[in-house]
Amino acid sequence: MTASTVPRPSRLRLNAFQKEALSGFLFISPWLLGFLIFVLGPMVALIYLSFTRWDLVGSPRWVGVRNYVRLFEDPLFRQSLKVTIGYGLGRVPLGIIVALSVALLLNQKVKFVGFWRVIYYMPVVLPSVAVALVWMWIYNPRYGVLNGFIRQLLGVEGPRWLDDPLLVLPSLMVMAVWVSAGRNMIIYLSGLQGISQELYDASAIDGANSWHRFWKITLPLLTPIIFFNLVTGMIDTFKLFTQAYVMTEGGPRNASLFFTYYLYQNAFQRFRMGYASAMALVVFVIIMLLTLLIFRSSRAWVYYESEIAGGGN
Amino acid sequence: MTNSSMVVRDASSATAEYAGLQQQRLLYILGRLMLYLVLIAGALFIFIPLAWTLSTSLKTEAQTLAYPPSWIPNPIQWRNYPDALTARPFDRYYLNTFVITILSVVGQVFSSALVAYGFARFRFPGRNVLFMIVLSTLMIPFHLLIIPRFILFKLLGWLDTLLPLIVPNFFGGAFSIFLLRQYFQTIPLDLDEAAKIDGATSLQIFWYVLLPLAKPALGAVAVFEFMSSWQDFLGPLIYLSSDRNYTVSVGLAAFRNDYFTAWHLYMAAAAVAMIVPLIVFFLAQRYFISGVALTGAGGSKG
Repeated sequence: MTASTVPRPSRLRLNAFQKEALSGFLFISPWLLGFLIFVLGPMVALIYLSFTRWDLVGSPRWVGVRNYVRLFEDPLFRQSLKVTIGYGLGRVPLGIIVALSVALLLNQKVKFVGFWRVIYYMPVVLPSVAVALVWMWIYNPRYGVLNGFIRQLLGVEGPRWLDDPLLVLPSLMVMAVWVSAGRNMIIYLSGLQGISQELYDASAIDGANSWHRFWKITLPLLTPIIFFNLVTGMIDTFKLFTQAYVMTEGGPRNASLFFTYYLYQNAFQRFRMGYASAMALVVFVIIMLLTLLIFRSSRAWVYYESEIAGGGN
Repeated sequence: MTNSSMVVRDASSATAEYAGLQQQRLLYILGRLMLYLVLIAGALFIFIPLAWTLSTSLKTEAQTLAYPPSWIPNPIQWRNYPDALTARPFDRYYLNTFVITILSVVGQVFSSALVAYGFARFRFPGRNVLFMIVLSTLMIPFHLLIIPRFILFKLLGWLDTLLPLIVPNFFGGAFSIFLLRQYFQTIPLDLDEAAKIDGATSLQIFWYVLLPLAKPALGAVAVFEFMSSWQDFLGPLIYLSSDRNYTVSVGLAAFRNDYFTAWHLYMAAAAVAMIVPLIVFFLAQRYFISGVALTGAGGSKG
């Protein structure tokens, strides 16, 4: 009698599990479908297309690894990687330093923190094309406000910012800092506010000055956010497109031929779908390797402390 | 200069202490002064390009080409705004952008919330692996997938319609799902249990218990999606080909090529394009700030 009654509740419980699992799958099904249609499917298609030649007319023709061979001989592809990575190496650290500095300032028990936060965050929400037009006008060598300042203050002609192969990337970096410093500043600020005062009090008793406190407490506890910034900053660099399209058209002399812009030119202006797919795939691998590199190196320099994780929630 | 307020126990040490305090106070004031100066300089750096935009947008063309550049337009030419906005069918562009943005926000918020609820509250085989996949798609720069996506939408016959810019949002977004799941997990399970005892279905729990409590996170997801839809440029540039389907960003970029130099008109058009997101930002700033802070919290966990 007991033997026959025991399985029944257990089967019921099993059903409850199955029911829960079913509901779970139902709830996540939009994402699952979207992932298959808009991510996994396109990934597979990208790999296939990279081995073909196709100008969107007719059907793709299989060409084996020819696109890849051509890619490695393409000086413009190499240039686009050089531009993108070079820009990232300048822009990402610059962005981190500026955002962290502003966050440290605002963390000094400043009056009207909300006001400053809003001001610094404002450019983040502006549409990138409008911002690109504005900065083009600022950098205009003849009539722009920047060279107007330089002429009035120093009495000399200012440089030709966006038309100068050496200055075009630094000019775009300054603009990028203007745009995104606010967002990263808020991330750092929330990280700073998560650091418990006890740590600082304890170190003050030990006689540490503010310099020591910054290097021994603040900075180590912020390394997870700096790490996050490094990864997202690098990915953002590979996404950069609007500036190249609107402001420089990749010039002068390909000095701002950003990768996504070169990809766009090949795919949507010259309709070399196969070649552009190979390009995208190679960069995909490069980004994976870079991310892996940052992740690997992070073990050496990123400091995880439960204090922040708890505070951050 | 009186120290009557101090309790004098030992005259010499008190004066030394007082001098030290004075010095400390001076340093403190100097530090504060420096701090505010730097903050004001930073705010100026933010404001100057915006002020320059506004100033140019009200000048005559001759004034934009004047040397030295002047900050105050004289005469003030309000006409630039209607001129710029009618030079191209900007009313169409704004309508398209609003349609895309609003539908994208609705789709993104609801589908991401559903998915996040699934990940936060249900146990099912493969849940952790699937969630890891959600997180890993955060790392994929989606610009790399534009070619196959373009082909997909071409096959569907969706090119030169607004659909490619709207429909994908109804399948949720990795970042929104992540943010909402984190938030749902902070809501005590007891609330679900209590509702379940009262006979609520899981969909009812989602709708009546979790969603109202998750308003800050939902707001953050909504404003982020609003901004990304409003700012998107590469997507509309690729998918939309006829003028009447353009978004504001694509229209602005095309407007730039209509004239050789008409900076007073470009700046007027740019200023209008910036006003809408700025208004949304000022109305919903707490969602922005809390949303970004939540991102940081996620980031700090690696």
